[in-house]
Amino acid sequence: MNESELVDKQSKIKSITNTMPDESGHFGIYGGRYVAETLMPALLELEIAYKKITPDPTFQEELRDLLSHYVGRPTPLFFARRLTAHLGGARIYLKREDLAHTGAHKINNTIGQALLAHRMGKQKVIAETGAGQHGVATATAAALFGMECKVFMGVEDIERQAPNVLRMELLGADVVPVSSGSGTLKDAMNEAMRHWVSTVTDTHYVIGSVAGPHPYPMMVRDFQAIIGKEAREQVLASLGRLPDYLVACVGGGSNAMGLFHPFLGDALELIGVEAAGEGIASGRHAATLGKGTLGVLHGSKSYVLQDGHGQIREAHSISAGLDYPGVGPEHSMLKDLGRARYVSVTDEEALEAFHLLCGTEGIIPALESAHALAWCMKEVPKLSKDSIVVVNLSGRGDKDLQIISNREKKKKEGPAGA
Amino acid sequence: MNRIDLRFKELKDKGEKALVGFVVCGDPSPEKSFELLVAMCEAGLDILELGVPFSDPTADGPVIQRGAARALTGGSNLAAAIDMTRSLRERTNVPIILFSYYNPIFVYGADAFYRNALGAGTDGVLVVDLPFEESEELAGGWKNDDGFALIRLVAPTTPRERMAAIAGNASGFLYLISKAGVTGGGDLDIDGIKDQAAILRSITGTPLCVGFGISTPEIAGTLSPFVDGVVIGSAFEKTIEDYRHHGNLADRLAEQVRQFKNAIK
Repeated sequence: MNESELVDKQSKIKSITNTMPDESGHFGIYGGRYVAETLMPALLELEIAYKKITPDPTFQEELRDLLSHYVGRPTPLFFARRLTAHLGGARIYLKREDLAHTGAHKINNTIGQALLAHRMGKQKVIAETGAGQHGVATATAAALFGMECKVFMGVEDIERQAPNVLRMELLGADVVPVSSGSGTLKDAMNEAMRHWVSTVTDTHYVIGSVAGPHPYPMMVRDFQAIIGKEAREQVLASLGRLPDYLVACVGGGSNAMGLFHPFLGDALELIGVEAAGEGIASGRHAATLGKGTLGVLHGSKSYVLQDGHGQIREAHSISAGLDYPGVGPEHSMLKDLGRARYVSVTDEEALEAFHLLCGTEGIIPALESAHALAWCMKEVPKLSKDSIVVVNLSGRGDKDLQIISNREKKKKEGPAGA
Repeated sequence: MNRIDLRFKELKDKGEKALVGFVVCGDPSPEKSFELLVAMCEAGLDILELGVPFSDPTADGPVIQRGAARALTGGSNLAAAIDMTRSLRERTNVPIILFSYYNPIFVYGADAFYRNALGAGTDGVLVVDLPFEESEELAGGWKNDDGFALIRLVAPTTPRERMAAIAGNASGFLYLISKAGVTGGGDLDIDGIKDQAAILRSITGTPLCVGFGISTPEIAGTLSPFVDGVVIGSAFEKTIEDYRHHGNLADRLAEQVRQFKNAIK
């Protein structure tokens, strides 16, 4: 591709991505509203309320105030000097979402949605959660606004993310265990949708990712775009130029979309890192964009891990937050447009990156975010020292200490069956 | 006129209401499922709603969720449901509609689905998570003169203007969801259902069937005067679940069909 073709492609992509989703909630062929009729009026009401209430200056003022004084924004953009030296390639900057209140980017969205739900007159909120970060962030926002909160969580995730269950309970939320399917994020979302059908008149469903039916993928993206807006200003202020790469992990894809979106029209590369679990070849992975096919799950059309009969497969990842067989529809569109590149790293690679960041920078990352770092470990040494990589450090790793310590124990005991 | 329209006309002439029975295809096993469906049709079911099992049934309560899981374990899927229709057509003329989530149909392909389902003797489809805003991509290419029905749903939360829009597109019958919730037992607001049925009656002449949570013949009998038919699902699935290891399951289901049918006559 020569330069004029590249510029042409860029401007075409810019015009497409700036206007998405369309009126009916589609991102090209993706997205939409594939839900039971019972929920349709609520989704239409939510869309109208979102478009009417959120542009209001008093809403924006209140949101800004909460984000700065309660969430602690802007989060820093930190130059990872020792990590950069260790890898010997591009300069790595970390967008420190782990320093936001509750320890992950999820709070950006839950504060926004809770504020909206509050203004819509809803007294109750529900949420699904995988790693528990979205559950904690929803429980936090609910406590702040004095709303009742129920969080649906798979039994396997309750087990592996126990500290977050306790946090949610301390915050006054009712954590509902979900044992159907594989007892992970997908099943929690099924159950949350079932519950919402019966409570839809007084309850707002706080979806935590850029997935689900319209208007959620748009709304969650907009609330999370603060990550990219800040990062853009910060990198311009300190370096006087835009970065060359943005890197973020992708489960449903909210932290990645939040970082990417304000940069969609810029000439830089966007890298989404999915969970390859025990390896793509093993079949036990969560690489939805890498290995999935077009389908409809949880209210929107997108890439999905499924069999030839349209039955959804179980995903696998050491990271509960990435352990999901679907992905946000806008990511599917960006993949098809070639605007973002989606890759995957295994559990082992993520663990290695986890330890590396602990040792080089004194930061314990969430296992989700460690996937983005694992891509850096593999690729950054190949990049020129002049290039700049911004990694979304989407969350902190305190919640994962039990998983890490169990893995370490197993390693010491030697191979299974010994 | 297709089998659904004919059936409602016959029932109207006799002054009867339709008993619509939902059963998951392949529950509890592929072989048993055929035997049960034949027994239910022969016992007086007016319309069979053949459930296509799906891994993530977000509109279903626990009873049908477990039924779908059993069927999936036995290898059931959309193709199997279409094959089942073909086999049933050798034994019965009861109208058969497929009840599915959208993804299995989407993956099968809208055109192939239409061709094969119609060819097998299916009379229509109800897609629980495909609101009318999204349904063009499925039914846009269908020919109207084949009489293959796309059954539309109206919920307790559906506002009046929206009811009119949905009814304007309806074919076969309109499915009135009795409660804001998933399938299966629960308290029904009988007066609310009556009021909504009356509104729908004033909007459309399409037959109206009510379903979700109608767990006993008594409740079915209470509702039937206000509609053209009632849909029973979880009650049948509960019987399959409870008696799936008993030899007389087909007889039990047939008896249950007769009880429901008597209650709504």
